Amino acid sequence: MSSNPPSSPLVRLVGVEKKLGRQRVLRGVDLEIRKGEKMVIIGRSGGGKSVLLKHILGLMQPDAGEVWFGNHNLAQLNEEQMVPLRKETGMLFQNGALFDSLTVGENVAFPLREKGGIKEEEIEAEVARALKIVDLPRQESKWPSELSGGMRKRVALARAAIARPALMLYDEPTSGLDPIVADSINKLMIRLGDELHMTSVIVTHDMVSAREVGDRIAMLHEGRIYCVDEPKAVLESQDPIVKRFVNGISDASDAIF
Amino acid sequence: MRYSQQLGSRFMGMVRASGQIVFLFQDIVRCLFRYRIRLGLLLRQIDFIGGKSVPVVIITGSFIGAVFAAQTEFQFKDLGLSSGVGPVVAIAMCRELGPVLCALMIAGRVGSAMAAELATMKITEQIDALRALAVYPTEYLIVPRFIAMLVSMPILVGLAILCGIGAGYFVAVHVLQVPGVYYWNNTVKYTHAKDISIGLVKGFFFGIIILLVGCNKGLTASEGAEGVGLATTEAVVDSFIIILIANFFFTFLLNSILPS
Repeated sequence: MSSNPPSSPLVRLVGVEKKLGRQRVLRGVDLEIRKGEKMVIIGRSGGGKSVLLKHILGLMQPDAGEVWFGNHNLAQLNEEQMVPLRKETGMLFQNGALFDSLTVGENVAFPLREKGGIKEEEIEAEVARALKIVDLPRQESKWPSELSGGMRKRVALARAAIARPALMLYDEPTSGLDPIVADSINKLMIRLGDELHMTSVIVTHDMVSAREVGDRIAMLHEGRIYCVDEPKAVLESQDPIVKRFVNGISDASDAIF
Repeated sequence: MRYSQQLGSRFMGMVRASGQIVFLFQDIVRCLFRYRIRLGLLLRQIDFIGGKSVPVVIITGSFIGAVFAAQTEFQFKDLGLSSGVGPVVAIAMCRELGPVLCALMIAGRVGSAMAAELATMKITEQIDALRALAVYPTEYLIVPRFIAMLVSMPILVGLAILCGIGAGYFVAVHVLQVPGVYYWNNTVKYTHAKDISIGLVKGFFFGIIILLVGCNKGLTASEGAEGVGLATTEAVVDSFIIILIANFFFTFLLNSILPS
């Protein structure tokens, strides 16, 4: 874990509420994410963590509340007005969300080609470098359908980070990966944050990842931020709700059968 | 009560879908003027929509023209009007059979594929990924398909008409022994440029219908494999129905503009 001095918030969520169908997923989320920090969001499955990430990127609009990215209130912007802001962000989706119709190389090169003004040789060199970093060298010509779940996720991470965005959002970056690859992804997230000064928001269930990567951990519980603190404080908390989640202890109310 | 509720729900669904299609069309037109056209994607779509539909259109046009010529000749023979088979086949192919049957084939082949591809992209978060990478989905996904459809459809309809007339000639003259000179002379004499224009104009608008219905079904698909299947089926069925109804109105409208 690395520590950064508190700085001004890059992302600010104020009273964010969201209903999906009949379910109130977010019930007034307040959260500040400081510039350069690695904020880990934990919480139970189906608790709205991914929905929260999509609000930060403007992929979803809140029913109530405000989502601020720098000086922009995303709730007041339309899809096209958000395009320039999204050029400053990158997102790793839960299942990678690679474009099936493009090869691995074309997927990773996509943000650079969209940016424009970069020579094709430079793009190819950057793609090769990015794929090497995620431990998938010389895989440019493969199709996403030829990759395993873990490989797809790593390609997606290379795609999300290649344009060096100011804000990186990770939706369960280590789920479905073996411990060694998961550790390399954790190290990569730390490196991207520390060396390129990216602000990171990481949604995860992986407590090892949360401890290693996070500067702060926020726990989302019943549609609200239940606690925000440094990893040590959260992971060693004696609060019964936090303790149960962190240590993975179920009770009768969680019984499936 | 339940029946009336279902009916009401279906009606509301149709109203909602119509609204979505209008907004999608408006968005496409706006994107046409606002963004540069992606040539690579456009060429790929022209190949998919136009190029790869050629065999299907040739087969459809040829056999419809052949069957129509045979049936017409069977009926006209007793009246001694066999030399009139040519213009009847040509005008029917130009004004109705060519554009409608070609559009139905394209709706089945291309409209369904568009709906399935976009629905899959939606449920696997690929469309969200596009948005996250600062790309406007309508501009990237729909506009190239729209232009490709506008370019391809009139050409495919023209091909269907040509094949239908050619196959009709072959069956009437070489199989049913209608005198070739009369057949051809009457075809040329009674078939006018406006008949061909009506077919091409219809094809153009049917292309827009196929694209809007297919893309809208894909973009609004519900989650899961069932959602993709439903979007695909509905894209085909809805396109068929809308094309057939629209054809009725186009026939009267175009006939008032370009009377026979």
